[in-house]
Amino acid sequence: MITFKRVSIALSVAALLAGCSSGVKLDENAAAGANGGANTSGAASGVAGVDLTGSQIDADGGPRGVGRVVYFDFDSFIVKPDAQGLVDANARFIKADPSRKVTVEGHTDERGGREYNLALGQKRAEAVRRSLNLLGVSDNQVEAVSFGEEKPAVSGNNEAAYSQNRRAELSYR
Amino acid sequence: MNTEPQILTSPLQAVVPLTSRRTLLAAMAATSALPALAQFRVEVTGVGLTQLPIALPAFRGEEGAPQKISQIIRADLERSGQFRNVDAAGVALDETSRPEMAQWRQRAADALVTGSVTRLADGRFDVRFRLWDVVKGQDLGGQGFAVTQADLRLVAHRIADFVYEKLTGERGIFSTRIAYVTKAGKRYVLWVADADGENAQSALSSSEPIISPAWSPNGGELAYVSFEARKPVVYVHDVASGRRRLVANFRGSNSAPAWAPDGATLAVTLTRDGLSQLYRISSHGGQPTRLTQSNGIDTEPAFSADGKTVYFVSDRGGSPQIYKVAATGGSAQRVTFSGNYNISPTVSPDGRWLAYISRVGGAFKLFVMELESGNATSVTDTSDDESPSFAPNSRLIVYATKQGGREALMTTTLDGKIKARLAGQGGEIREPDWGPYQKY
Repeated sequence: MITFKRVSIALSVAALLAGCSSGVKLDENAAAGANGGANTSGAASGVAGVDLTGSQIDADGGPRGVGRVVYFDFDSFIVKPDAQGLVDANARFIKADPSRKVTVEGHTDERGGREYNLALGQKRAEAVRRSLNLLGVSDNQVEAVSFGEEKPAVSGNNEAAYSQNRRAELSYR
Repeated sequence: MNTEPQILTSPLQAVVPLTSRRTLLAAMAATSALPALAQFRVEVTGVGLTQLPIALPAFRGEEGAPQKISQIIRADLERSGQFRNVDAAGVALDETSRPEMAQWRQRAADALVTGSVTRLADGRFDVRFRLWDVVKGQDLGGQGFAVTQADLRLVAHRIADFVYEKLTGERGIFSTRIAYVTKAGKRYVLWVADADGENAQSALSSSEPIISPAWSPNGGELAYVSFEARKPVVYVHDVASGRRRLVANFRGSNSAPAWAPDGATLAVTLTRDGLSQLYRISSHGGQPTRLTQSNGIDTEPAFSADGKTVYFVSDRGGSPQIYKVAATGGSAQRVTFSGNYNISPTVSPDGRWLAYISRVGGAFKLFVMELESGNATSVTDTSDDESPSFAPNSRLIVYATKQGGREALMTTTLDGKIKARLAGQGGEIREPDWGPYQKY
């Protein structure tokens, strides 16, 4: 039993070290100590410190420092060129770990019928999903859903508000 | 002709499964400040071509009773658009009186309703009425009921149904129910209320949106779309018990439930194959079968009353228009040709009319189309109309709109001439659906 315990501690330390060094592949520039592996003594009671200050994962589980919202023109479902950088960065993040899942949530402005707007929001979500697919993100890591007009980001009956509401959001929750 | 009132006793007590919850809710409403629950006042506007003038003096005993029976009946009949109230203030009659017909002819009334409300020893109420044809001087019959306090409004609605049916030859809808959704801040509630908007009871409360409630053909269940799982899914909810079942949670969005008249299947909009398309599914869930096939958005299915046709919205032609398809599938035919945005179809139970929303110059307006001719008429003065639904007798439509910037539920006659606002207090009110006749 003692042997088992020692082996299991060793294994868990090794696993922690392995996890730190290979699982979090985001930060290409991380210093050697930033992603753990600080326990160099190899002692069974050692602790492998993990430093999140250099982490590239945000509080919502998505990529830090990368936008989540793609905006659309009126009556349009095309991902515009200025959103491409955002889509690329999110695609890279998702592809880095096959266990990551993202939901693309499509929205419309408040004009028009609720059910038809639900379908329009879905088209926006699908457009972003297709963009992710084209960048190599696999289908089982993305789901496209719609909130239609039900969850506006900004309230108001003017184009300023409408333009902020015609969007697709990438959600990592 | 009846000259003696019949006493119908217990059936009305058992009739409304929500009775005990209703009393509880009434007590709660007195103490809590729930928006949109407190008061529904009926404001009726418009002048109809043929309105039968009817006098409804106060029922003897209603002053001291919890509900003003004659006033509930009056509001029901006025809202139908087919009756006009004749002033009967200060008149003291009951169902045993032999009214002076000449006096009522002089007041230009064609019909007269008298009655009484008496509190019984066991706490229930004995409600009786009699209907008179003033023109012919004939007693058209009457009835009596023994009911709990909680059922007093229902009794008034049943009397309104009797009067309406005797005088118009058509079935009354005053004892039916409506469902609707309110939003107050981040709280959404799905309500079940009487057709006059009163007696609302909460069927579902949520901090995420609820849309598209749809009554089952037997009035026992509501299908709706809930966003509680952070995506739209379809539930079927037993109203009396509160038990519900998840019917559609496929990949993507699930919405727009519509009941087939047999109550066993629903048409729904699913995006599982990439685009919003229509499918049929059992009302108990399971595998869906595809109903429409297009390269556009197909949504908002609505069955005809005979179950053979499904009307729906499609933008396969470039902009949303209303189409119809056989309920078993096949090729679709276009139904709307005016304007470039026609949505939210609903067919009258008698099969004669299609109500829908059309965008005209930026305004969203309720239209009624006579299906045989294809002629469509705008029936409102408002510009934010949504979600029309026919009453079971095909004579009225309930819809949501904005008046003075605030959301409201309205009813209208099919010609648009008589409208009633089911006014709410605070909060936003939308998504009405008119329930079927109840088999009480």
